[in-house]
Amino acid sequence: MTNQEKTRLTGAEILWATLEGEGVREVFGYPGGAILPAYDALRKFPIRHILVRHEQSAVHMADGYARASGRVGVAIATSGPGATNMVTGIATAMLDSIPLVCITGQVGSKVLGTDAFQEVDITGITLPVTKHNYVVTRAEDIAAVLRDAFRVASSGRPGPVLVDITKDAQQATADFDFAAAAPQKTRSHPMLSVLEPSIAEAAELIMAARRPLILAGHGIIHSGATRQVLALAERAQIPVACTLLGLGSFPASHKLNLGMMGMHGESWVNHSIQEADLLIACGMRFDDRVTGTLSTYAQKAKKIHIDIDPSEINKNVPVQVSLIGDLATVLDQLLPRIGSRNGGGWLEAIDQMKGDAAVLDIKNLPDSGHLYAAHVIHDLWHATSGNAVIATDVGQHQMWEAQYYKHEDPRSLITSGGLGTMGFALPAAIGAKLACPNKEVWAIAGDGGFQMTSPELATIVQEKLDINIAIINNGYLGMIRQWQETFYEKNYECSPIFSPDFVKLAEAFGIRAATVRTRAEVMSTVEAARSHKGPFLINFMVEQEDTVYPMIVPGAALHEMIRRPSGNPLVER
Amino acid sequence: MQHTFVAYVEDKPGVLTRVASLFRRLNINISSVTVGGSERPNISRMTLVADAPPAAGHRIMASLYKLENVVQVDDVGRFSSVSRELALIKVATTPQTRSHIFELVNVFRGKVVDLAPGSLMIEITGSESKIEGLLQVLNENQDRVLEISRTGRMVMRRGHHTSRVLEALGDVEPQNIPAGPPASEPLPEAEEFDEFHNDSGLPHQKP
Repeated sequence: MTNQEKTRLTGAEILWATLEGEGVREVFGYPGGAILPAYDALRKFPIRHILVRHEQSAVHMADGYARASGRVGVAIATSGPGATNMVTGIATAMLDSIPLVCITGQVGSKVLGTDAFQEVDITGITLPVTKHNYVVTRAEDIAAVLRDAFRVASSGRPGPVLVDITKDAQQATADFDFAAAAPQKTRSHPMLSVLEPSIAEAAELIMAARRPLILAGHGIIHSGATRQVLALAERAQIPVACTLLGLGSFPASHKLNLGMMGMHGESWVNHSIQEADLLIACGMRFDDRVTGTLSTYAQKAKKIHIDIDPSEINKNVPVQVSLIGDLATVLDQLLPRIGSRNGGGWLEAIDQMKGDAAVLDIKNLPDSGHLYAAHVIHDLWHATSGNAVIATDVGQHQMWEAQYYKHEDPRSLITSGGLGTMGFALPAAIGAKLACPNKEVWAIAGDGGFQMTSPELATIVQEKLDINIAIINNGYLGMIRQWQETFYEKNYECSPIFSPDFVKLAEAFGIRAATVRTRAEVMSTVEAARSHKGPFLINFMVEQEDTVYPMIVPGAALHEMIRRPSGNPLVER
Repeated sequence: MQHTFVAYVEDKPGVLTRVASLFRRLNINISSVTVGGSERPNISRMTLVADAPPAAGHRIMASLYKLENVVQVDDVGRFSSVSRELALIKVATTPQTRSHIFELVNVFRGKVVDLAPGSLMIEITGSESKIEGLLQVLNENQDRVLEISRTGRMVMRRGHHTSRVLEALGDVEPQNIPAGPPASEPLPEAEEFDEFHNDSGLPHQKP
């Protein structure tokens, strides 16, 4: 349909035909009155619709789909409550720069602004959490607006876009010509600047540095710049520290990869940032979770910032050289100027900083008979050979996953970094599975976050998806409890949380499930889940009052982090 | 410090909200904003004045460019430019006070545009300080100011800079820029030209 001459179609048909033309194969959504004309036309198009149980999940699924595949994710919902339910999902995607097109139905254009049934000003509501949004009131505008939405979502710094289409626009007819509806604007951000002198200055700084460090962020994955970052690191022997969303952008097993930086990063990673004389920030934005107190952050280092968004330059941390553009392109320009260079004593110095960290690491302690989340994640990593796509929720288990699951490839960790949205894991895993049907997909969630979106278990069954679910069950909102322990004198107010019998719950949905209470059972149960055809849920009953170490106390400097306690933390209690 | 931005934006519903919302999010107060037509069809011109730390200028400009409806942004505060504001001022009068108000208006090169029993309306154009000056002397004479309506600052860079940039960007055809004012519009008088160039205290840059 897409390459034919002009065709007379309804607005609803134009909607699907345009999505089809944009290469969309799956959409995540929930029908309702104002979007029903679109649903009525769906059967004529080769697009799979995944019926969700809540519109927030539809957006998280589209988000997981986009993160796992690099393509634009599409979610669709009705007006009013359908649209407002999407907001958390949209904000999640906004904070992590995920390309999404969210489509909402809207009341008829004649009653816009009259408080009609299920009318809400969704473009007004989502204005600060979308990259851009549109209202469409005429069938003839649908194709051009949707195509422009795909351009906006996927170009420059990606982000979510919302298109609000009135019911009468879906019902009216118009000529459809996909090619003629191509986006008119090709404006790139006028403040992008990769100037020759800046490239030269960056190269000079890199070649002159004695203690350089690459800060690897999400931008590497968005830009597809892993090859270039590897080349830079290897040629100049520069160690690499990853942000949470940068995990997978640089192979975890690479000898130059130090691991994750920031609030729950390993101490030697944060110490090396504080000791470095040059930071090369690649597609990362110096978020407060990675800098600690700004006034004490990396005081000895000059900074080179490579980012596609000019508004990120000097936002939190002043930098000496800024290269504003697509990371892969910028590094392609920079690399010819980088000669080979040995690491000097810097790599050895970082090794020294590790000190006794490995000895303190719980994964290396003798089995105490207690089941720790770290054990679960570590064993899951072993069982899957580090090749699974993991979607995590938010909280303690998210940090343990980041610490103990070693991600070798981009797009293998799907997690809500910027917004920290609980309930993200299960729907995001569904989206990831649809994007990568041949990959093993695990959702890892805490007992709290899992209960926020657990109805999506039904979606997994209805869509016959082979997703494994690990619940890290400690009976608490774990990270809340950890903060209450550390900063609120163990006043565990409202953090103990009751959960249903997750095994029975899963079985009620027709999903196989098992509970694991000891480390000895971990491997065999994980293997049982992996070999089972279809979804499988494992309820890991882990140590209740376990703490994520290391930890930077808010307001403290990176090098003042709380390290892991010696010996068995339970004995210390 | 005071930042002044000129932004060319698409003339569509909601664009003003997007721009205003950006400042709101950054917790920066907009001191004044003027919006109106420009030399380009379907493109409005905004002059935004805001108080923010000196370093915020870059971020505001970069953030404005992130808005899809923004075509071009210029941080005009950094350049030699002409700045104007229009004000309408309604003053209470008695037969005794009218004549001295007329005198003041003349000194400030304003115009009396409405005269009614008990009040008159002054139209004045100039820099903000000139308008402040007239208001001060009106207050000094204990003339009762009934209403003030000020447009906020409009700014244009001196010389040919702007149009050259637009042509270089290739998104404006030269014929869209009028060569000069239409014949019916009188050229500014020499007196006004003086004011034009001496107002800001900045040297005139030859194009």
